[in-house]
Amino acid sequence: MLMQQLVNGILLGSTYALIAIGYTLVFGVLHLVHLAHGEVFMIGAFVGLQVVLWTGAGGPIAVVAALASCALLGVLIHLLAIKPILSRKGHFLAPMISTIGVGIVLQELATRRFGGEQHGFPSRMESVTWHFGSLTLSSVQAVILGISVVLMLALHLFVTRSRIGMAMRATAESAVISHTLGIRTDRIILLTFAIASALGGAAGVLVGMSYNAISPFMGVEMGIKGMAAMLLGGLGNIYGAMLGGLIIGIVEVFSVAYLASSYRDAFAFVIMIVVLLVRPKGIFGSVHHVEG
Amino acid sequence: MHLDPYVESVLIFTGINVVMAISLYLPVSAGLLSLGQGGFMAIGAFASAYLTTALATPFAPALLAGGALAGLVGLLVGFPALRIKGIYLIILTMGFGEIVRVLFLNLEPTGGASGLSGIAPHTTLPVVAAAAGLALAFCWQLRDSRIGWALNAVREDELAAETVGINLTRTKLSVFSLGAFIAGIGGGLYAHFTMFIDPAQFGFQRSAEIFIMVLLGGMGNFLGAALGAVVFTLLPELLRGLQDWRMTFFGTALVVMMIVRPWGLIGARR
Repeated sequence: MLMQQLVNGILLGSTYALIAIGYTLVFGVLHLVHLAHGEVFMIGAFVGLQVVLWTGAGGPIAVVAALASCALLGVLIHLLAIKPILSRKGHFLAPMISTIGVGIVLQELATRRFGGEQHGFPSRMESVTWHFGSLTLSSVQAVILGISVVLMLALHLFVTRSRIGMAMRATAESAVISHTLGIRTDRIILLTFAIASALGGAAGVLVGMSYNAISPFMGVEMGIKGMAAMLLGGLGNIYGAMLGGLIIGIVEVFSVAYLASSYRDAFAFVIMIVVLLVRPKGIFGSVHHVEG
Repeated sequence: MHLDPYVESVLIFTGINVVMAISLYLPVSAGLLSLGQGGFMAIGAFASAYLTTALATPFAPALLAGGALAGLVGLLVGFPALRIKGIYLIILTMGFGEIVRVLFLNLEPTGGASGLSGIAPHTTLPVVAAAAGLALAFCWQLRDSRIGWALNAVREDELAAETVGINLTRTKLSVFSLGAFIAGIGGGLYAHFTMFIDPAQFGFQRSAEIFIMVLLGGMGNFLGAALGAVVFTLLPELLRGLQDWRMTFFGTALVVMMIVRPWGLIGARR
C-alpha cells in the first residue's frame, strides 16, 4: 500500500516537476515568473489530443508534437509579449502582468476551439497491467514515467555537457557578464523559452494521458502547483524544481490516501509555506536570486 | 434620481474593485507584494455573510467583523512576510490564497463548495462610494504623514530604514494586516451585493485581477491603483460589443498596455 502510493506520488510529481522546470528555467534567465506557463501546458495537452484524433498515433508521437509546437509557442510569447517590455525601463513586474494577459488569450482561444467542457484523451494504447508483489503499474503509467525521466535526463545532460547548455547556465548566473564574454544572450533566452515551454507542453500530454481528461482551464491549477514546486526547490534551480515537483506530488497522493482527500490541494501549499519558513530560499535556493 | 440598474451594478463593482486595489496598494507601498488578496476577500465575504444570514447581525458590524477577521489572519500571514521578499512572497501569498479557498470548500457552516446564498443586498451605491472614498481619503492622508514616509523608506531600502529608527517588524506587519482588513471589507461589500458567494469566486483568478489593477495603474501611487481598478472594471464592459472575443481582446489589451506603458498608467518611471 505504502509503496503503491509512493509510485503514484512519483508519477504525479514527475509531471509537476516538468512544469516546475519550465518556470525555473525562465526565472533563471529573466527573473520573471511566467504566469502563462500553465496555459502553455494546457495548449500542449490539446495539441496532443488533436494529433491523436487526426492521425490515430500513440502517446509518444503526441508528446513529440506537443514538444515542438509548444517550443514555438514559447518563443512567440517571448518575442511578442515579454521582450518588448524588457527593452523599456518599466516596473519589474510589468512582464509578469503581460504574461497574465497571454494566459487569458490562450485560455480563451482554447475554449473557442474546443469548448469549455472536459475532453477525454483516447490513449490508443493497449493497457497492460504489471504486478510486482502488491505493486501494480499500468503500461500507460510506465510510458508517462519513462518519458518524464528521459526528458529530465536529456535536460540534465544538455545543461551540464553541451556548450549551449553551459551558456544557458552562464546567462542565468549573470546575463550582463555572459553578454560581455561573447555569449549571445538574446538567443540563449529564446532557447530557454523554447525548452521550458516544450517541457510544459509534454507535461500537458502526459497529464492528459494519465487522467484521461483535459480542459482549457486545467492550466491554472497545474500552474499554481508548478510554481509551488519551483519555490520549494529554490528559484532558478532545475534540480530543485525536479525535487520540489516530486515532493508536492508525493505529499498530494499521501494526503489523499491517509488524511483527507478534500484537502488535497491545500497540503501541497502548507508544505511549501512550512519549508519557506524554515528555509526562505527553498531547498536548493541560492542567495542571488532572492531579490525580487 | 434613478440610475439604470446595469449602470448602477457596474458602478458598484467599480467601487468594490477600488477598495480591493487599495487593499493591495497599501502593502505594495511598503514593498510587500501579495498574490493572495482573494483569500482575505473570501474571509471577509464569508464571515460577514455568515453573520448577516445565520446570526442576523446588522450589516455594519458584520462588515467590520469580516474585515477584522481578515486583518487578524493578515497579521498571521504577515509574519513570514518579514523574512521573505519579492517573487517568494508573491508565490507564498498565492499558496495562502489557495489554502483559504480549500478551507472554505470544506467548511460546513458556510455551505462548503455550494457556498452561501440568500445574502441580503445591503451593499448599495452610497455604501460602496463611502467605503471607496474612505479608503482613498486614508491613502491621501497617509501620503505625506510620518507613516507614509516610513512605508516608502521600507520599500526603497530596508536596511537604511532600520538605521534611521523605523521599526521594520511593526511597520510591515501593520501595513500587511491593514491591507488584509480592507480586502475583508471589500469581500463583505461584494458578498452583500452579489447575494451569492462560493469559494470558486475567490480563487487565484481573483487575486490575479487585484494584482493586475494595481500594476496597471502604476504602483507608486494610490490614485494609480484606483485608476487601474476603474479601467479594469470598465474595459470588459465597454468591450461587450465584441461579445465572444471580449476576453481575448482584454488579454491582448493587457499585453499591449504593458508594452506601451510598462510603468503603469500614471506611475512614475523608475
